[in-house]
Formats: sequence, structure tokens, C-alpha cells
Amino acid sequence: MSGPNDAYDPKQVATLAPETLARAVVEAQAAFAQASDLEALAAAKSAHLGDRSPLLTARREIGALPPQARADAGKRLNESRAEVQAHYDRRRAVLQGERDTRVLREEAVDVTLPADRIPAGARHPITTLGERIADVFVGMGYEVAEGPEVEAEWFNFDALNFGKDHPARTMQDSFYVAPEGSGQVLRTHTSPVQVRTLLERELPVFVVCPGRTFRTDELDATHTPVFHQVEGLAVDEGITMAHLKGTLDAFARAMFGETSGTRLRPSFFPFTEPSAEVDVWFPEKRGGAGWVEWGGCGMVNPNVLRACGIDTGRYSGFAFGMGVERTLMFRNGIADMRDMVEGDVRFTRAFGTEA
Amino acid sequence: MRVPVSWLSEHVALPEGADAPGPDELAEAFVRIGLEVEAVHRLGPVTGPLLIGRVLEIEELTEVNKPIRYCRVDIGELEPVGIVCGATNFAVEDLVVVARPGAVLPGDFAISAREAYGRTSDGMICSVHELGLGDDHTGILVLPPDEATPGESAPELLGLDDAVIELAVTPDRGYCLSVRGLARELAATFDAPYGDPAQLEVPGSEGAGWPVHIADPTGCNRFVARRVTGLDAAAPTPWWVRRRLALAGVRPISLPVDVTNYVMLELGQPMHVYDAAQLDGDVVVRRAAEGEKLRTLDGVDRELDPDDMVVSDATGPVGLGAVMGGASTEIGETTTDLLLEAAIWDPPTVARSARRHKLPSEAAKRFERGVDPALPPVATEFAAQLLVRYGGATIAPGRTDVGRPELPDRVTMPLDLPDRIAGVRHQRGAVVHRLTQIGCRIEVTGGEGITSVVATPPSWRPDLAQPSDLVEEVLRLEGYDRIPSELPPAPPGRGLSAAQRRRRAVSRALAAVGYVEVLPSPFVSDITWNSLGLDDDDPRRNTVGLLNPLEAERDRLATTLLPGLLDALLRNAARGQRDVALYGLAQVVLPHDDVPPLPEVGVAQRPDDETLDALQRALPTQPLHVGAVLAGQWERRGWWGPGRAASWADAIEAARAVARVSGVELTVVAAANPPWHPGRCAQLWAGDRSVGHAGELHPGVVEALGLPACTAAMELDLDALPVSDHRPAPVVSPYPPVLQDVALVVDAALPVAELTATLLAGAGELLEDLRLFDVYTGEQVGEGKRSLAYSLRFRAPDRTLTVAEASTARDAAVAAAQQAHGAALRS
Repeated sequence: MSGPNDAYDPKQVATLAPETLARAVVEAQAAFAQASDLEALAAAKSAHLGDRSPLLTARREIGALPPQARADAGKRLNESRAEVQAHYDRRRAVLQGERDTRVLREEAVDVTLPADRIPAGARHPITTLGERIADVFVGMGYEVAEGPEVEAEWFNFDALNFGKDHPARTMQDSFYVAPEGSGQVLRTHTSPVQVRTLLERELPVFVVCPGRTFRTDELDATHTPVFHQVEGLAVDEGITMAHLKGTLDAFARAMFGETSGTRLRPSFFPFTEPSAEVDVWFPEKRGGAGWVEWGGCGMVNPNVLRACGIDTGRYSGFAFGMGVERTLMFRNGIADMRDMVEGDVRFTRAFGTEA
Repeated sequence: MRVPVSWLSEHVALPEGADAPGPDELAEAFVRIGLEVEAVHRLGPVTGPLLIGRVLEIEELTEVNKPIRYCRVDIGELEPVGIVCGATNFAVEDLVVVARPGAVLPGDFAISAREAYGRTSDGMICSVHELGLGDDHTGILVLPPDEATPGESAPELLGLDDAVIELAVTPDRGYCLSVRGLARELAATFDAPYGDPAQLEVPGSEGAGWPVHIADPTGCNRFVARRVTGLDAAAPTPWWVRRRLALAGVRPISLPVDVTNYVMLELGQPMHVYDAAQLDGDVVVRRAAEGEKLRTLDGVDRELDPDDMVVSDATGPVGLGAVMGGASTEIGETTTDLLLEAAIWDPPTVARSARRHKLPSEAAKRFERGVDPALPPVATEFAAQLLVRYGGATIAPGRTDVGRPELPDRVTMPLDLPDRIAGVRHQRGAVVHRLTQIGCRIEVTGGEGITSVVATPPSWRPDLAQPSDLVEEVLRLEGYDRIPSELPPAPPGRGLSAAQRRRRAVSRALAAVGYVEVLPSPFVSDITWNSLGLDDDDPRRNTVGLLNPLEAERDRLATTLLPGLLDALLRNAARGQRDVALYGLAQVVLPHDDVPPLPEVGVAQRPDDETLDALQRALPTQPLHVGAVLAGQWERRGWWGPGRAASWADAIEAARAVARVSGVELTVVAAANPPWHPGRCAQLWAGDRSVGHAGELHPGVVEALGLPACTAAMELDLDALPVSDHRPAPVVSPYPPVLQDVALVVDAALPVAELTATLLAGAGELLEDLRLFDVYTGEQVGEGKRSLAYSLRFRAPDRTLTVAEASTARDAAVAAAQQAHGAALRS
């Protein structure tokens, strides 16, 4: 180390000469530029900005200058050093950018690779369609009512105004529950839930009853012994057939779009009077928009209300019912009923978890 | 019911000229008023020469080994034509229909001259079927003599410009199973004049008829008999009757039978004809006696039920009332002395008899729905007159008419009820007009500000029993399309119930983790229980049965969803889908012993609570179950590495997923419950209630059912699993955790769940979470032992926890495990 009292040495002072410093800066810049990666740059940094670099070495000589020259030399030195540092920083930024680009490129993957370790699950379209229908009515203020599938004949037939030996009873081919005389069937429709609801709930009643129903039809492309219905029931003061029509129209629009609607044709059901078949305008019908048979409906037969202890002078009501399978078949173009019954995962997966 | 338009138009004056409705418009009109049209069959079209011919000669061609005839037929030209024909039901002198070359018959059947069996066939002798006049394939259409002359153009004579409308009649409209009823409906629809074919003058009887006693007036409330003698047994049925029968789908048989069928189709009154010579003494109409037998017209010997109504004479039953006549009094080819019967039978009795004897005849169909009780004298007179006219018969003096038929009661209805029910204002006078059109006698009464209609329904409308029945008549004839569309005031619904929301959430949760929903069949076979390895006294074998299953062996209702789910699994496997995870939600049916006797329940009023309770208790318990089955690979193999087979653990995890949705933590306990593997079966508890099982199926079951190896399954009683609607929020501490791992060596038989519970309890409140992350067995831990490694996460709610505090808590947990299970810290 040089002390302040050392004799003036022109050689040493030369290291602080402006041209020497300028050269050091140029050399450093050239070295940085030559560094082709961050590692080489680090080595160059050590050579030109490190403890043994010319600029750092020169700093030690400042003390050897006469006091009046020191400030000047120090300033020059600092400026040179800052300049080298700036060259270094710029070069490092360039090299880092190059490295990052390279690394990201190397890390690239084939994003088209599948990642389906666990195959997707799915909900049965009969379930989701039933829920969707129920939701339409819940949105209109209805509640969802349910009932048992093994049902007393009284609920399934008698209370619904099916006479004991009336041919209407054989319109719906029932599964009878053993033993003979049990008085029970597998419900042939969701209508017994109407009776249960009217017996259990306070009026007014607005309910929708989705559920599984049973008839002795052999399984084929258009029949299944186990199927699903959705039933609606509204009983209040002043309920009219116009309300029934309005409700069905709203239902049709919710299911099939704003252009849809319904048409009523007179018909017969023991539990409604007047009764009607419901056709729905289906815009996506194969071969062009048109009417499709959808279900049955009518004004609740006063005999049904009476069996439930309801004052028929004061209250009236409407009821309607649709087959969920049938709705699904025309809505989704399903040609064969068996597809809905057999449980083939390829069928159900096509519907995903549609809500 | 199939009805020719020409027959209908005989009784209703439909608009003519440009406004004349075609068959399709008539069909639409029927649909508008509530009669379902199944089809409209147009006769023809026939073009080209179709002529009446008379058979002059028949030459049997014997060189062929089937009956072939060469006929010479007079078609009104100079020379007869030669025609080769394969049918044999005609004879020389018969009038037939000949299609000449150039004619085209229905179905684009073009006729040309052709060579056959060495002769030139110069046309075709036509059958009923070939002319499109019905499905009768029995042979050539032979017209009665004098019906036409050779050379006459046949299409007009045959009425080939006609159409047949095929209708499905609902059970409430028995009167529409007749031309009479259908024509009246059309008249009302078109506001057209109507002529009632039952408006037939019935002369007074001139003496005693055949003695008949009704012993059971409930089963039969009117019995009319008319005797006809001196019938020409060989007299043919007139062509126009045969044509109408054929178009209506009724096969012509003989004049008396055809005539009664004709009367039934036109008026709606089914009839029966007895050979009076075979009828022995007084007729008694009664219920059958126990053990009585009857050979019916179809030659079947039938054991009668005491509920059956029979017509009997001195020899015993000679007919099954309303359903089918007996063989002993059947008219034959030589019968000349007839007794015509027209009666009114009790609809329910007829329905039961027809079902019991599996005889759904045209007669039973009408009686079940109710026949106009005013018809019997008219029908017998009509039939008798036809037999006089076409069979040369004489009507014997005297008419039997016994019984007292029921007529519909008067119905009083507020005049504005149809408007109020429909929510529409009909034209003034519409109600009276419409009710009069359908045959009601109407009185309008005022008083107390309410105007009412007192309607006396016509005898053929027993279905009009209450005001709403009248409302329907007014609305359907005025047109349902007049009913406006408006929404009722919205009710204040409470949305789905917690259980309904949970059901949906369970379904979504299982689908979300990879299960596919199926709809398991509720029908099972008893044999299934053996395949599932259930013990003889397993409660799942206790099933509710069906009296009339579709498949004889699948006559039980499922007590578990597994058979249905496994069926679906097998079907998928058979179709090449080996990696399958399925679930289903459905009610199962569990019988119970506490079945009260079935109460008699009426419908006139609300049953009392006790009765309703008895009905309810008599039903089997039907809880909602959720089940899942899985086989093959749960995680597939792929570029990421090998797959992972579905296992018992996935099945239990599925059950946990269901419980999580319910807000319930399941307790898992090892169990041995078929059809599961005894060492890989978990019983699942919610609190102190067992709610189901999960695990791998027993290898024996897998083999017996042909399932994929290691098939796993779970089933939960969803109704038994509580739904937690209230879940308290946790305290979420913002302070940093302290993580500590600990490995404990315990007896290999110690269930993890027990050790976990001990650690949880022993660590105290600072333990936020613990997770088992490794299970090790091997030499290092010794025989019969295993090492269970847990990661514990400690955290304080109100401060930064020190490591020392966490260690103290961990040590307490370990100490508890040592104490409870002899667990040793693995070094």
C-alpha cells in the first residue's frame, strides 16, 4: 500500500491518466461484448470490475497523487468505473434475455398430450332432464313432491277416480304386488303423488312430481316397463283451464325456446275433467318444426278433490303429466328406448353432466 | 273402431259442394272434439276397366298340383273372357268383379293379359283384399245374385271412392263405438242436421215373448228378446251389409250373424242370436253357480266363476252374458228359427268376465263402457226387420222385455261454470246449444241470482254424472283452441328440500369423480341372492314379489341396487368397456312384518287418518339408496406412466364422497358382509347408525357372476344418512404452522382409523390436521408390525406457534398412541 508520504512516482500516476482509464473502459466493453454467455460474462466482470481489475488497482494509487490532484483523479476513476458497470449491466441483460428464451424454449411441452387419467363421469340424461323440468317449475314457485313406487291401489287408482272395474284401469297395464289382494301396485303414473300431496299439504298446492313409473310393457325400441314421468298439480281458488294452458305454454317455452307453445286436444283421463292431450310445438323437429305429442292434462276431477277432502265449491285445480323418456327421445333424437335403459357408458357419457 | 265415411254421411247431412269435408277434414274434426284418429284409409285408387262379370264356365286345370281354374266370364260383351284363377270359393253363375288388362288396382297393382298354365288369362277375378275393401283374404269377392248385371262398372257399385276412418275411442265414450254416436259427434262439430238411426218405430208386441227371468238385476238390468221364424237358411247377406262389415274389419259369416254385427256397428248394441230350436224352456239370467261349465262358441270349455253372468235354460248355461254365446244353441247352416237377444249388462261384471276368460270381444268392449239402455227393443226390431227383408223370415208375435234399466240422473250446473272453468267467455246460449246437441234435455232455472242449467243426459251418456262432465262437453265442442293462455298468480314456493338438494349433489359428486350414472332395474331374481352369496337368513332375501312379472324369473323387487348395477357393469364389459365405474340412485323395496289388514277405503270423502295410516303402513319401506360399482383401471395408463386398478379403497372413497356432500363424516369399520370380500369390506357408520357397506366383492361372487376381477362396490342408504343443513364455520388462523412428521410402529392388525383417532385426541387443539403419508411393513419393523408415518400440522389460533410447543403436542399424541396401542416411535 502506498502511503501519503511516498515520493511522487510519475509511472504510478500514469495508471490514473485519462487515456489509461479510457483504454480500460474500452477494453472492458470489448471483453463484455465478447462474453457469449453469463458464465463468460462473470469472468469478464471479475477481470474488469473485480478487485484486481485495472480500475480497482488504479484506485489504490489515488493516495499517491498530490492532494490537489486527488479529487480530479477520483472523479475520473468513478466515472470510468460507472461506465464499465453500465456496459456490464447492458451485456448481462442481453445475455440473461437470451438465456431465458433458451430455457423457456427447452421447457416447452406438447400441450396436445392427453391428461385424462381418470375418465370423465356423467349423469344420466333422464336424471338431468327431470331436474331441468323440475327447476322450470321451481322457478315458477312450485315445490317438488315425491312418493313411493310400490303404491296402494287406492292412491294409484281409486282416489284418482278410476272405477274398480272401469276399463280405464286396464289402460295402464299394472304390475300387481304379491300376494293376491295386497291392494298394491307398482305405480303406473306419478299421479298418486297428487293425491298424497293434496292429503298432506295445506292449500294452495303447486307441486311438480318427477319420478319412476312402471307398466307391463316389454322392453323394445319404443317401450320400457320402467320409465319416468313428471307430473304437475295446481289447486287453488279460481284456477282455470286458461291457467293450465298458460303454464304449459311457459313450460314449453322454457324447454324448447321462445317460439314453442302447446296445443290442447280433448281426451279422457279419469282424474281430470275436462281432459286434454298436450301437443308441443317443437322447433327442432326432424324434417321441420311441428307439433309433437307430449303428454296429458286437464282440470282436476272434482271426484279426486272430494276423495282428498277438498271443498270442490271453493277450489279447482289443474294437473298435467309428461313422459321424460319421450321428451328426451324427441328432444335429443334418440331412436331406441333401450339406449336409455341399458346403462351403456358410451350413451350416458355423451350427455356429460349437463345441468 | 273403423267406420266408412259413406256410412257416417247416411246419418249426418255434412256440408256439400265446395264446403264438403274430405276424409282428412272429417278426421281433423274428430280429433278436435276428442276422438283420436289412428288412420284414414282411402279406398282405391282404381283406374281402368273394372267390371261386373258372371262366371259362365269353370274348368279345373288338373295338370297343376294346386287348385287352378280357367273360367269363362260374361262381362256384358259379345264374347265371354277367359281368366285363370287360383281361388275356389266361387261357382258358375256367381257375380264377380273382373279387372281387365289396363286396370290398376290399389297398391299400384297393374293388370295385364298373361299366359298361364297354357291359357291366356285376360284379366283377373278380384278378391276383397285386392279391391282394398278389407283385410279378408278368404277368397274372391262374390256378389249376391241380382245385385248387379254383367258389364256394369264396378267402382261405383263397390263404392271405391269411399274412405275408412280408424278411431281410438276413450273409455268414457262408449257411445262412440257406433256409427250412431260418431255421426252425432260430427253433426255437433259441423252444426249439421243429424238423423238418429235408432229412431226406428218399434211396434207394440202382440202377445207373450220367450219367457225370460232376470235373477240378478245388478248384473243385467234389461233383456229384450224377439223371435224370428222361417228364415231361409241359405239366404245370402246383402252386398251392402257385407261391404260395410268388411270395411269395418268384421268378417262376414252368415245372414243372422252379419245382421247382428251390422246392428251393433250402426247402433252400438251388441246382440246375440240363439237357435230357438235348441233353446230348452224358460231363460234365466243369473250369476253362474260354483263349478258350472260352458262350452263357448269358440269351442273352449270354460269353468265359470260365480261372478260371471250367464244366460241359462233348462239345460244350464247357454251363454256367457255379454261376452260370448254358448256352443249348444249356436245357429247352424240349417237354422231357421232364431231368438234375437239384446240386453244391458253391468259394465264392471262384463269387464271382470272378459278379463277372467281372456275374451276381449267387440261386445264386451261396448258393454264395459256402457250401452244405451234404450236400445235393446230398437236393436232387436232392426235386426228382425233385416232378417225379414233379406232372409224371408217372419217376426213371431210377442216381445220379451224384462228388467228396469237405469237412466242417467239429472245434473245441475251453474250456467257460467264452463266459462269459469275455462277462463273464457263463450257466446250467449253456447252452453244450452252444445248440451242440446249431445242429446241432453235442458231446463234453465234462475233464482237467488244464480242461473243454472238442469241437464237430463240422454240414455247413451252415463258418463255425464257431474257438472264438470257437462263443462267438458261445452268446451270441447266450442273448441279447446278458444281457451286463452295465462299464468296463475305465482305461489310462494320454498325451493327444493334439503333431501332433494342432497340427492342432486350426491349425483353430481359421483359424476364429478368419474362415475357414470345408470338406471338400475328394480326387478331381480331370487337366484341372484345365491350368486351374491347371501346367507339363507340374509334380510336382503326378504323381498316383495310381483304377481305378473314380465320375466317369470325376475319377479322380485330389489332390496339392493347391486344386482341392477352389476348387470349394467356386465353389459358394458360384454361390449368391450372394461374400465367402468357406475352409480345409481333409486328406491329399494324392503318388506316388513307389521302389515295391517287392508282397509276398505272409499272415495266419497277424505279417508280418516287411521285409514290413511293403515294404507301407508301396509306399504313396504322404500328408502332411497345410492350404489356404485367399479372394475378395471380407475386411473388409466398413459404417457405419464402405468394405470391404477380400481380397488376396494375407491369404493369406500365413493361412499365418503357421498357422505361429504351430506356434511357427515363416515366411520369405517372392517366387516364381513356378502357379497363383499370378507377381508376387504367396510361397514360404514354415520354416528351410531350403519348406513351401508363398501369394498371389493368376494372372489366367489366375481366368479359366479362373471364379473371382472376385483370388482368393487358400495351401497348406502341415503335416507339413513342425515343431511346436515347447518355446518359451523371453522376458525381460520392467519399464523404460520409448524409441521412435524412422526412414524409409529404398531401391530399390523391395528386399523389406521383407530390410531388416527388416538393421535387426534392426544395432540390436543393445536393440531390442525394430520395425514397418513406412508405405510411400511418389512424387516425393519419386524414380523406382525407395520410403520405408519403421519405428517402433523400444528397451528395456534392467536399467535405464532413455537417449535417447542408443537413438539410437546406431538409428544403427547405419541404418548397417547403408546398408551392405547403400544405404538413405538420408529427411529
